[in-house]
Amino acid sequence: MSTSVREKTPYPTTSSPVVAWLNDGWITTRRNLIKIKRVPDILVFTTLQPIMFVLLFTYVYAGVIDIPGSSYKEFIMAGIFAQTVVFGSTYSGSAMAQDLKDGIIDRFRTLPMSPSAVLVGRTNGDLLINSISMIVMMSTGLIVGWRIKSSPLEAIAAIALLLLFAYALSWVMAFIGMSVRSPEVINNVSFLVLFPLTFISNAFVPAGTLPGPLRVFAELNPVSALVQAARELFGNTPPGSAQSDVWPQQHPVLAVLIGIIVMLVIFVPLAVRKFASISTR
Amino acid sequence: MIYLYCVTFIEAVELRKTYTPKGAAPVHALDGLDLVVPQGTVTALLGPNGAGKTTTVKVLTTLIRPDSGSATIDGVDVIASPERIRPMIGVSGQYAAVDENLTGFENLDMVGRLYHLGAKQSRERARELINIFDLTEAQNRPVKGFSGGMRRRIDLAGALVMRPPVLFLDEPTTGLDPRSRIGMWEIITTLVGEGTTVLLTTQYLEEADQLADSISVIDDGKVIAKGTSDELKASIGGQRVEVSLVSTDDSAAAHEILTRFGSTEPAVSIDGRGLTVNAEDAPAALQLILSEFAHRGIQLYDAGMRRPTLDDVFLKITGHTASADDATDSESTSPPQKATSARKAQR
Repeated sequence: MSTSVREKTPYPTTSSPVVAWLNDGWITTRRNLIKIKRVPDILVFTTLQPIMFVLLFTYVYAGVIDIPGSSYKEFIMAGIFAQTVVFGSTYSGSAMAQDLKDGIIDRFRTLPMSPSAVLVGRTNGDLLINSISMIVMMSTGLIVGWRIKSSPLEAIAAIALLLLFAYALSWVMAFIGMSVRSPEVINNVSFLVLFPLTFISNAFVPAGTLPGPLRVFAELNPVSALVQAARELFGNTPPGSAQSDVWPQQHPVLAVLIGIIVMLVIFVPLAVRKFASISTR
Repeated sequence: MIYLYCVTFIEAVELRKTYTPKGAAPVHALDGLDLVVPQGTVTALLGPNGAGKTTTVKVLTTLIRPDSGSATIDGVDVIASPERIRPMIGVSGQYAAVDENLTGFENLDMVGRLYHLGAKQSRERARELINIFDLTEAQNRPVKGFSGGMRRRIDLAGALVMRPPVLFLDEPTTGLDPRSRIGMWEIITTLVGEGTTVLLTTQYLEEADQLADSISVIDDGKVIAKGTSDELKASIGGQRVEVSLVSTDDSAAAHEILTRFGSTEPAVSIDGRGLTVNAEDAPAALQLILSEFAHRGIQLYDAGMRRPTLDDVFLKITGHTASADDATDSESTSPPQKATSARKAQR
């Protein structure tokens, strides 16, 4: 202890609340970026798994599933995109639970920082992970023969819709993560909920091929709306294929936009309020 | 112990907090706790696990809201204005609140930036703390895989980024090896020398004895005794005569002798070899006891007088020892003996 610990006091640069909020959001985002860099399994999951899915579905099932007027390769890609980004949004849940367990939430909560910053940084982390996944999946898809058959603007809209939906879901997951408090439970439960949600949908097979009750579920499933929206915007909808007459399937882009807004409007305030009252143990 | 200031810095009045675990009886974590910490002093909250120490710290550091009661730091209401409290406190908890995936340097830099230091200032301060806390080894490696002592140092360094006027240390040395513990005590002593007001919690009686100007003994969510370490010890009377036998065969005889010359019923250690008794005139009692032992041919490992410890205080006030609740936690039942003697030598 040769140097004094508190002989001179550095004063924080006083800045406007907006600048402070942007700063806090950036610092916590940077924290999550470093984590992506340091924890290889996240990177493996976000890059290798999508490649694996694209290859598995396009080569294994392409021969047995017949999409009238189109190819299965074309049909399946939107499904894989949706499934991957939906799963990619679960990191926020397990990461918030883990932070709570590690006690670092207590550190953040005793700092004079914006109460939403940790959540902003966390959900931004998911957004980045999903963006990387999207790039990897689209590249792999293009290599195996998938084609975007719409305008560049529509394609960008499709990507934006997928990422936004997952981003909104990250806030839901973050709230659940803080409520459940166990990263293991979060991982298991999201697996149990999200697997049926993504598979009992039009992601991998046309919903019309499913038996009665499953078809009803698949048609109303929000993941189906997301898949349908992406499929339409990428120009991958099989022409003349029997469309479901359920409203979310008729207007998938609008349905997904509404879903995104509803999730954000409800769960952003809920999550921020939850964060302001939680503490380790 | 000289009180340079007698200005109240931290004050808590009648704090209450009740948790109701599912399917269990309500737990009164805080049951009307009062606390006053004068500026520039160290106050220790001493008590066993579950006494309410951590809950008190959490209330005062804005982490939880009490059900009732009030608390102020430097006149600012902790419950009504948490955002005004946060810039002036530093908190270092029982569980090192560090990001495992960040390096020591990145952790400190992150805290600095979240205190809204500029990028350059924040990095400078992080470097400075790395040097002060002897963390050069840790600065460029992720915290994951570091020893408990090093994590704790990074955590404490994080609490000191802004050189806060008031510092909360929740069990700063629990689970540390004796060497790290001495290091931590040195750091705390230096901080106090520089005028920081410190509230520390501990279940180590020795630690409170060595570091704190005043001690609040808490049990079941309220303060059951307070004063300086000397005052607390004085409150339970005079010196002790202590003997340690070579053979347990002599236990009964020794017990009889100590009863005769002491002023209380002798306390016997679990193995039956160590006996302690209060004595009005301890030196005289010791002489008499030793001569009687020699006469009866009872062999001794050790014999002597000692002043009462805080353990005695705790036992006297609560009817149970401070460590009784921690029987499952082997770490907490062994007070840091070595560290104590090192600290004592320093004084």
